Amino acid sequence: MSNLLNVENLEIKFRTADGTLPAVRNISFSVDREETLCIVGESGSGKSITSLSIMGLLPSNGDITKGSIYLEDENLSGKKEDEMERLRGNKLSMIFQEPMTALNPVLTIGYQLREPLIIHKNMSKKEASQASVELLDKVGIPNPKEKLNQHPHELSGGMRQRVMIAMALACEPSLLIADEPTTALDVTIQAQILDLINDLQSEIGMGVIFVTHDMGVVAEIADRVMVMYGGEVIELADVETLFDNPLHPYTKGLLDSVPDVDDVSKEINAIKGSMPSLNEEIPGCRFHPRCPFAMDICKQKEPPTFEVTSTHYSKCWLQEVNQSEPSNTVTST
Amino acid sequence: MIGMIVRRILQLTFLLLGISFLVFMSMHLAPGDPATVIGGPNATSSDLEAIRDKMGLDRPVLVQYFDYLGGILQGDFGYSYQTNQAVTEAIITRFPTTVKLAVASMVVAVLIGIIAGIISARKQNSWVDVTSTTFALVGVSIPNFWLGTILILIFSVNFQLLPVGGLNSPFYTFEGMKELILPAITLGTASAALIARMTRSSMLEVIRSDYIRTAKAKGVRKRPLIWVHTLKNAMIPVLTIIGINFGSLLGGTIVTEQVFAINGIGRLMIDAIAARDFPIVQGTVLLIAAIFVVVNLIVDIIYTLIDPRISYD
Repeated sequence: MSNLLNVENLEIKFRTADGTLPAVRNISFSVDREETLCIVGESGSGKSITSLSIMGLLPSNGDITKGSIYLEDENLSGKKEDEMERLRGNKLSMIFQEPMTALNPVLTIGYQLREPLIIHKNMSKKEASQASVELLDKVGIPNPKEKLNQHPHELSGGMRQRVMIAMALACEPSLLIADEPTTALDVTIQAQILDLINDLQSEIGMGVIFVTHDMGVVAEIADRVMVMYGGEVIELADVETLFDNPLHPYTKGLLDSVPDVDDVSKEINAIKGSMPSLNEEIPGCRFHPRCPFAMDICKQKEPPTFEVTSTHYSKCWLQEVNQSEPSNTVTST
Repeated sequence: MIGMIVRRILQLTFLLLGISFLVFMSMHLAPGDPATVIGGPNATSSDLEAIRDKMGLDRPVLVQYFDYLGGILQGDFGYSYQTNQAVTEAIITRFPTTVKLAVASMVVAVLIGIIAGIISARKQNSWVDVTSTTFALVGVSIPNFWLGTILILIFSVNFQLLPVGGLNSPFYTFEGMKELILPAITLGTASAALIARMTRSSMLEVIRSDYIRTAKAKGVRKRPLIWVHTLKNAMIPVLTIIGINFGSLLGGTIVTEQVFAINGIGRLMIDAIAARDFPIVQGTVLLIAAIFVVVNLIVDIIYTLIDPRISYD
């Protein structure tokens, strides 16, 4: 088990008034050191829930009902709350989507930055302040010393997200989970933040899970991409392969719905229909009602995950067709 | 901030002017003649006439009002019709008792209310939460006079642990503390219940916020998560409730003071109303209004200490 993170057969269910609903259905993936795995999918595909489950921060009505999450050789899914507290912010860190609300409005930047250092590194307040100044400097915040005594509302969104990153990286985690950290930011700021995460990743040597629905961001930052749909992983490949040769119709749909600057005449093909809700039981493949290539078998039998190459997986019956009849009839239509 | 304080004090001046006018007029329009109070039951009609003439009670009401206002500007709030004591003096002798009672009640209310609220929020829907919610509901619903009477029956009459009434010894003595316990609980219960409800809902709202999730993601332990990250944010609406309650407690509490035979502002006012003692009524009402405004001003200032986003500049 040389990978940094190994998720095996993970299943997450939510207890609701309508009974227990599966939000994540039997997914497996891994993240290596210094690797960036992008999790892509529409809202409701289970990508945020997957990342929260790794942090042990599932909402109180959500449970891991099956499977395991190994960080190096520690099984996170079996850990007690206080054991997770020791890992969070230390070996395991997370940045969230909304920088405007993710920082505590009544505590100073300095207080919030010192916290992980004091908790995990046993620093004194003075040492932690010193380290905080260095961290703010590292994430490109001007006048870091002054910022320590300021409150979040005195900073812009981009600056707050930098503070969030500084906080998440304070203890040099081995795994950073970034849940749409640039979605709420301007495009120029977005590029700066992505660069910053990239730089710090190679400096610290951490693995990164980057959750997004923006294929442009994926192209920029990912080493490997995991596409999720309806709580399942439907395609997993390295980034070049995925963009050059997407196999699952859903992935193709996602890529087709990105506007192309070089070819403005290209029509954007949105995927018809919408993500099934959690309690919707769909026989066969969960994507088949929206799939332009749906065959009879798709409506009856859930597809297994086909290993196309050793780095490319697709959960789609088309692979069986392709593997048995190499003539590529299906994808040309 | 200074500008805000000056502005509020100016507002207060106008507010007091308006209140003084309303109280003055309503007292004079209400049935009942102060001359009969001053003259006593045996006064003849010519005696009453003489009294009215001497006190200026036969002049037009507006003239009397402006006369009264002129006095106030010189610090003269008039004299009690019953005792001839200066209004300011009557209030000054009674006010410390009321302050003592109000502070003690608020200590009870804030301690019980906030702690119960926090526990309820942390163990939402547990038996602790349900119990505390039930007590809160009962606490708000029980009338003060009933609770006070029951407490006296149990602790003073039955067990003879605490005095039946009065609030005469200094609060820092053992006797003084014993005297304060029952009235403070009587008065504090309703406020405690309100504060508990408010703390609970406010905490629950904050616990679900993004920044609490961030704090958890940093590995912040349970205790600082509740006491530092959550409580400070949750205190703002609670502080408003505390301010309003404290303001009304400082204005004297008519029922509780009556039940426990405490000579505070509330009793002073209710006796004065019964006796048509206009100057005392006017003086106490003005005091209560002023206290209310000042306490709320202080609450507004405390907001800025808790939440840096609030600024009055």
